[in-house]
Amino acid sequence: MKDAIINVEGLSHSYGKTVAVDNIYFHVEEGQIFSFLGPNGAGKTTTINLLITLLRIQKGQVTISGVNVAKNPDAVRRNIGVVFQDHRLDRDLTIWETLEFHGKIHSLPKETRRQRITELLNIVELGDKRNAFIKNLSGGMKRSVEIARGLLVHPKVLFLDEPTIGLDTKARQRIWHYIKQINREENVTVFLTTHYMDEADQYSHEICIIDKGKIMANGSSSSLKNAIGKDIYHIKTTDDLKASQILANLPEISHVEKNSNGLLLHLKNNELSASKLVESLTIHQIKLGNLNLLKPTLDDVFIYYTGREIDSTVDA
Amino acid sequence: MPLGFTAIYWRDMIKFARSKAMIFLSLLQPVLWLVFYGISMSNNTGLFFAGTSVAPPDAITVSYMTFITSGVIGMTILFTCLYSGQNLQFDKQYGLMKTIVVSPMPRSQILIGTTLSGITKCLIQTTIITLFGYILGAQLFAGFLLSNIITSAIGLILFSILFSAGLMFLSNMIGLKVNNHDVSQAIMALLTLPLFFASNALYPAETLPFTMKLLCYVNPLAYFIDSVRYFTIGPNFYAFGFNYQIGLEGLLSSFIALGIFALVMFVLAIFVIKNIRDF
Repeated sequence: MKDAIINVEGLSHSYGKTVAVDNIYFHVEEGQIFSFLGPNGAGKTTTINLLITLLRIQKGQVTISGVNVAKNPDAVRRNIGVVFQDHRLDRDLTIWETLEFHGKIHSLPKETRRQRITELLNIVELGDKRNAFIKNLSGGMKRSVEIARGLLVHPKVLFLDEPTIGLDTKARQRIWHYIKQINREENVTVFLTTHYMDEADQYSHEICIIDKGKIMANGSSSSLKNAIGKDIYHIKTTDDLKASQILANLPEISHVEKNSNGLLLHLKNNELSASKLVESLTIHQIKLGNLNLLKPTLDDVFIYYTGREIDSTVDA
Repeated sequence: MPLGFTAIYWRDMIKFARSKAMIFLSLLQPVLWLVFYGISMSNNTGLFFAGTSVAPPDAITVSYMTFITSGVIGMTILFTCLYSGQNLQFDKQYGLMKTIVVSPMPRSQILIGTTLSGITKCLIQTTIITLFGYILGAQLFAGFLLSNIITSAIGLILFSILFSAGLMFLSNMIGLKVNNHDVSQAIMALLTLPLFFASNALYPAETLPFTMKLLCYVNPLAYFIDSVRYFTIGPNFYAFGFNYQIGLEGLLSSFIALGIFALVMFVLAIFVIKNIRDF
């Protein structure tokens, strides 16, 4: 694993008798966007807090950029940027002061600091609001300020705990555009948790699903989807009953499921072409009214591994 | 040398300068003490303090207002610093502390920054209260030469820094340790009351009962007020019939006591901030 920028081996953490993280192993390769998914209470935040040195490591070993987190937390802090889940901003400061404050804390030289702040504010489109007080900002704007703050120091790894929560679609896309940009141009590895499956699916190179403190699955979005199942055809015909009998005998189909809207054809190995399907029905004088190819989504993957849908009630 | 404390200091001072209402209210309390307590007691000192000795004609004799102005300066610093520790608690409560401690800045810098801002606030307040006491008729720096006034002012600043530093370390420690706002309020109230009354702020400590006098001996506030009186009135004076002999040895013991206080609090506070886990 010479390319792994984050390496987690046998990490466990418990609060008293409650085990929050249970002997997990994973690694993140340099330059990747890595999504950490799990239901509420799965151990995501505990894991992040262990990685970013906020919690003391009880058992296991974590290295970030080759530095042992337990042994040298200060060196780790120099390599990371963090955006926390809830708003963590000083209400009584302006946007500019907030970023200045954090730039100073990270000992960025004055010129570099101001240049970087201006650059980041333009990207999150708050350049003209730099003197606005945090308390007067909308939730989305506050989030933008926090993301700018996390990116201030050109970190090697950027940790984002629910980065786009509470943002409108346009702002989400803009934030992602920038995250992808710095991931690509500055080779920043991004470690994130999100409730938005579409974001994890669309933007991450690698996805890790955690539940009850254990890693349930790990891999690229497409490999995870392929692992849980094959494609499904959703069809509607002039005679669904007859069609289901005919199609169940096709070698490419594992089984046929009937629902109120038609038939679901579960494929064995994704090798049934639509034309062959139409052909096998036409010879029996059955006409095809509707045909849809359903691919498993990341939501299906998530439900498959955790047994629940991701809690979307937080999408305020 | 790490300079992260300048960021903490800078932020605290911006917020301080911006909170006009807070500045006004924090100055109102000592002024009210001077006006209400000072003026009313000035008319009654003869009644309450039947002096044990009579001032010789050539001795410096000062009014009660002069006497308690020093006490009120001490009290203001005590209150300001002890309540400042809650700023760190709010930082923790609103999660701001997390964003600070995940930076590579050493945690001791947080302590140094907040302590310096606390000291600055106290120096501003001390100056304003001294001026206000003067307006209300306190005979401060009376009969001093200009050079004496300058050395006294420098001495006053130095001792104020030492005293407020010790208090800031103490209150930051409480702010970091206690997670509940109500509990820390109660602790502050519990601390300020005995510290204030088991001292020489409002009356001479010599008249206190034995146990309170003992408390007074370990009370940094009492040592600080001694030094303020030394600098603003003089090493030897009479107030309402009591002879105050602070002298150079008194000043020296104040310096040592406040130095030990600041040092012990510093060591403890550093220990606390380095070992705290629940940010």
